[in-house]
Amino acid sequence: MSDTTAQSGKPKERAWYEPDAKLSRRHAADRRLRIYGVAAIVFALSMLATLVGTIAITAAPAVTQTMVTLEVEVPEGAVDPSDPRGGSYQKILNSAVARIFPEVDAPREQRELRQLFSNGGQYALRDKVVSEPSLIGQTFEISFPLSDIGDQLHKGVIDRDLPREQRRVSDEQIAWYDRLVAQDRISAPLNFGLIFNADSRFPELAGLWGALVGSFYALLICFLVSFPVGISAAVYLEEFAPKNRLTDLIEVNINNLAAVPSIVFGLLGLAVFLNFFGMPRSAPIVGGLVLSLMTLPTIIIATRAALKAVPPSIREAAIGVGASKMQTVGHHVLPLAMPGILTGTIIGLAQALGETAPLLLIGMNAFITAAPDSMFNPSTALPTQIYIWADSPERGFTSRTSAAIIVLLGFLVCMNAIAIYMRKRFERRW
Amino acid sequence: MSVSLLFAIIMALALVGYLLGRANASALKSSGNTLHSIPPYHGYYVALWCGLPAFVLVLIWQAAQSSVIDQLLIASLPAHLTEGVSAARISLVLGEIKNVAAGRLFGTPEPAVLAAAERYASMQSTASLALVVCTLAVAVAGIAFARARLAPDFRARNNVDNILRWLLIICSVLAVLTTLGIILSLVIESLAFFSRVPVLEFLFGMNWSPQTPIRADQVASTGAFGAVPVFWGTIFISAIAMFVALPVGLFSAIYLVEYADKRIRSIVKPLLEILAGIPTIVYGFFAVLTVAPFIREFGLSLGLDVASNSALAAGGVMGIMIIPFISSFSDDAISAVPQSMRDGAYALGATKAETIRQVLLPAALPGIVGGVLLAVSRAIGETMIVVMAAGLTATLTANPLEGVTTVTVQIVTLLIGDTEFDSPKTLAAFGLGLVLFISTLALNIVALQVVKRYRERYE
Repeated sequence: MSDTTAQSGKPKERAWYEPDAKLSRRHAADRRLRIYGVAAIVFALSMLATLVGTIAITAAPAVTQTMVTLEVEVPEGAVDPSDPRGGSYQKILNSAVARIFPEVDAPREQRELRQLFSNGGQYALRDKVVSEPSLIGQTFEISFPLSDIGDQLHKGVIDRDLPREQRRVSDEQIAWYDRLVAQDRISAPLNFGLIFNADSRFPELAGLWGALVGSFYALLICFLVSFPVGISAAVYLEEFAPKNRLTDLIEVNINNLAAVPSIVFGLLGLAVFLNFFGMPRSAPIVGGLVLSLMTLPTIIIATRAALKAVPPSIREAAIGVGASKMQTVGHHVLPLAMPGILTGTIIGLAQALGETAPLLLIGMNAFITAAPDSMFNPSTALPTQIYIWADSPERGFTSRTSAAIIVLLGFLVCMNAIAIYMRKRFERRW
Repeated sequence: MSVSLLFAIIMALALVGYLLGRANASALKSSGNTLHSIPPYHGYYVALWCGLPAFVLVLIWQAAQSSVIDQLLIASLPAHLTEGVSAARISLVLGEIKNVAAGRLFGTPEPAVLAAAERYASMQSTASLALVVCTLAVAVAGIAFARARLAPDFRARNNVDNILRWLLIICSVLAVLTTLGIILSLVIESLAFFSRVPVLEFLFGMNWSPQTPIRADQVASTGAFGAVPVFWGTIFISAIAMFVALPVGLFSAIYLVEYADKRIRSIVKPLLEILAGIPTIVYGFFAVLTVAPFIREFGLSLGLDVASNSALAAGGVMGIMIIPFISSFSDDAISAVPQSMRDGAYALGATKAETIRQVLLPAALPGIVGGVLLAVSRAIGETMIVVMAAGLTATLTANPLEGVTTVTVQIVTLLIGDTEFDSPKTLAAFGLGLVLFISTLALNIVALQVVKRYRERYE
């Protein structure tokens, strides 16, 4: 800046419109700063795109599930019609497989052959027979998932051209698989199991239902606790509280609570809810309580902002016609602030839905193969299920983890969209 | 009877109380009295007296029931099962009794356990019956008490307002109780830890291997609790994260405030905020799936040896997560600098870059520093990215291509799948948690102070 005045030396030979070297240097610095800014934004946004892109791409194979269709004969003697659950369905399936591959008779080869089919086949068959006992003694077609390796063969994740030692399927398995394809027994319908199955050790059977139910219960508890308590606390601090040391303390407290690392809330839940109160481990109710403590500051801060936005004239008018302080707040201020409060609440709940660390500490990363019946039963939640799957070594879990992340992100996008819509739709400028 | 059904019954009774109270007041009014409050307030008064005590009773009962029953059960056990045995052994016996009571038999339990299981089952059913009876009694008593107080000159509205005001106060105190709960639980468990491992050894020891030996003569794991390598790993990864996030966040904020036109700003700013809304578990998976293999391949192609859980991958991804914190805080701080200061600089012939560097940034510095401090505290407390992408072994290294571990990783690994509260291993997690809590709290307080003072300067 001072450069312009410092040109007191010998006058330069240049026209007035020609920039001197110093000026163009200064402009170059300006351009550089602008380029840095663009580069920073491009970097951040490309990272966002890479993140979403890679997860979407790895999730793609999980959209379909490779199924095999077999003709199964359920002989009269194999299943007791009075107790159809007790049948030896694995044997029935094995003989159905043996009819397609009669030449496979060595036990080692048979075991390899069976590796192509999911362990869940027997349960699919059992459920079908249990729901339709008239099938006993008949031959019918049934579809069930291929195993992880069969699924990956179908989706081309396993490279057939690799030497045998580097791929996880044998040449025979590939040949058998190709024969199934040639016989038109392989199909790849949409993978509804991903949503509606509970967790499983086998990727082809694992689904998110248990986690979705667990997350629902936890969020329900979180909402039931943090919404009324948060609003009440905010209303007291904003409308009633006298300005004194105690309320100052509460304010500072809430601001700091909002920035406490989430894992510390997990430690609190472990020490207080599990250890002191003896609540059940891995239960959504404990998860919900811990999450509600985390969401509380968010809701309080949002509510206070919404209450502040209601103009004082509303309060004065209500008090002027004889309303009590409580009536003023309950009948006028709070309803007017409600859109803002709800927006803040939804955003807080969205944060709670994605929170993982505190749930890990209270044991919501347990391996549970059924959806919880109530909020006191052990369960997982959506993010902890992602954590469990991400840690599983089977290849099939990689795409399922990504698919689960897409489901989680889908929920978050919906919740935030609702929040933004409500803000746009109901926001009032005074 | 399930608790939710009980709550539903309480609600129904409260509704009945409301109707009764209102009807009472209406009757008083129609018999020619002038009421102090309108009839609905008499109804609310009765409903509150009916619902609140019953609700509180159920909550307290639920919280206390299981531990009270456990105590009664232990007291009733024969001496050979309880005397002179450890707490862990007693809780094992309790678990067995509960399993037997639920019908899950493993082998043949001894007769004392069988008898206790029967007692346990009967105590359970007695307790839930007693809960229902007591709750209903309290609710009905509440209705009766409140109805007896109704009168023409009864100040129902003021009473209701007072009750509600106390409810509001209790709710706002709950936030303080949460903090108190955090501090108490961390401090109590940490004290138990420090009674086994000296504080100084924990804070300044150079060797961290918390796997306590199972046998006394075991060689490999000695159970060393010197947390310096863990602290170092946390600081190191946070530093890498800030190294990524600070320039990117700051430059994008400068561009968005000073250079970009409104349209670009309105698109880019929300997009950047999305980065803050993505759950950290997603970043963790991203680090493991994409970033760590990429860095490893890249390093190998340069002939460098890169660990698969390198600090660079974890820190880099954490940096991406933190970008929006820095950018939005810097954005606010730079926007808050009064326009007159810009105009002054331009009038002296300064270019935009010069104005930014020599006028705006110095003026906005406190706000930016506050944001950076908050971001650092965020990075220190961040868990899932490092749990998934950083290492487990505590090494003291300044090489970003090696794996280091962090406080949060250690807390998670020490506590996952382990609920015994008497081993130094699990207690160590609370020691680490205390350090984490204190350091993030200190950073937050300083940051909020800085931001607040800065705001006062320009308002």
